[in-house]
Amino acid sequence: MTHHKLDARNILCPLPVIRTQNLVLTLPPGDTLDVSCTDPGALCDIPAWCRINGHTIVEARVTNPDTNEVLISIRVGKK
Amino acid sequence: MTIQRKAVSLISGGLDSMLATQAMLDQGIHVEGINFYTGFCVEGHTHAIRKQDKAKPKRNNALWVAEQLGIKLHIIDVIEEYKDVVINPSHGYGSNLNPCLDCKCFMVKKAHQWMDENGFDFIITGEVVGQRPMSQRRDTMPVIQRESGAEDRLLRPLCAKILPETLPEREGWVNREALFAFNGRGRRPQIALAGQMGIADFAQPAGGCCFLTDAAYSNKLADLWTTRGERIYELDDIMLLKVGRHLRPRPHFKLIVGREEGENRFLEGYRKQFTHIIPVSHLGPLVLIDGDLNTGDLEIAARLAARYGQGKNEASVRLEAHIKDGDNFEMDVRPYQVDEIPVEWHL
Repeated sequence: MTHHKLDARNILCPLPVIRTQNLVLTLPPGDTLDVSCTDPGALCDIPAWCRINGHTIVEARVTNPDTNEVLISIRVGKK
Repeated sequence: MTIQRKAVSLISGGLDSMLATQAMLDQGIHVEGINFYTGFCVEGHTHAIRKQDKAKPKRNNALWVAEQLGIKLHIIDVIEEYKDVVINPSHGYGSNLNPCLDCKCFMVKKAHQWMDENGFDFIITGEVVGQRPMSQRRDTMPVIQRESGAEDRLLRPLCAKILPETLPEREGWVNREALFAFNGRGRRPQIALAGQMGIADFAQPAGGCCFLTDAAYSNKLADLWTTRGERIYELDDIMLLKVGRHLRPRPHFKLIVGREEGENRFLEGYRKQFTHIIPVSHLGPLVLIDGDLNTGDLEIAARLAARYGQGKNEASVRLEAHIKDGDNFEMDVRPYQVDEIPVEWHL
């Protein structure tokens, strides 16, 4: 199992979701992925995308309120 | 053994595609959603940018609908391919720069490709005959079937009973009698059906889901094309048209003035790409300058920037100019008064 990182800062939803989706599609189940975003909408959208596609949200939190930076940690599920 | 038939549903995030999808799920069809991101989608952007909209939910309605329906959703980035739809629409524009019929043909065509690649059987949409003046008319709906290549694998469950039979109906994958005959712009049948299906919460977008239907946005896009001398755009261009106050004092440059904190923060992400002006002596907006400045232009830009700050009624305001790939320096200017700004400068 491998840990991955995705920088989705300075782009607006749904692009962070699309980037997450496209990367997750290439990863095997069990891998983990940290996604950094600055669109606060990602805190809602990426977990929603994970729920409907069978992936687990390990953590979703604001990491810097001044810059709206958020971190969403995902464990890839079965596809 | 019965074969599980599969449909791909164009999910916009609105009520109609939600109802059409639920109607298929009720008939035992396996449905997955598809949503295309063109760059012009109203969804999320302005809410994310503007601080005054922070109270509004940030949810992506297409994702939310998919979750309510319990289906997968595939969001596809079509920004590059979509440019040709916007720039060269074979069926022309609507009342603004909205190429609605070409757009629908494009999206159904993309869904048809996805259907073939993923082993699905047919496509569904939430279209209703007469619902939209361009893309949802009795005479244009067959155009979408034909030009997309989907032909009779395109099923519109909400108005199927007043349209010719499609393959899923003919083959018995779907019971035509359990479909609907909605017609026209009224929303009552959809609201009633939502009630019957137990759908109490749904998005009611005001002004549509695409910025190209917006007159002010279309005017700014037309200005961009006119002043550049060609009909081209990049994603950053169309994002910036959604943000701030746009003023064009001269044909060769325009200003993008942040209107509040959220917009200023968003514009800050573009500082390295543009000459820009920031306030020094008074609170005020970040101003990006798009274009090349000639002698005297920077003073015009600075006086305009000062106009939209808290020093607008002062005799002199100090600002800092950051020239793209060049120097930074402070300058003192007299803010323009409101009657000194020609109306035609406002885009």
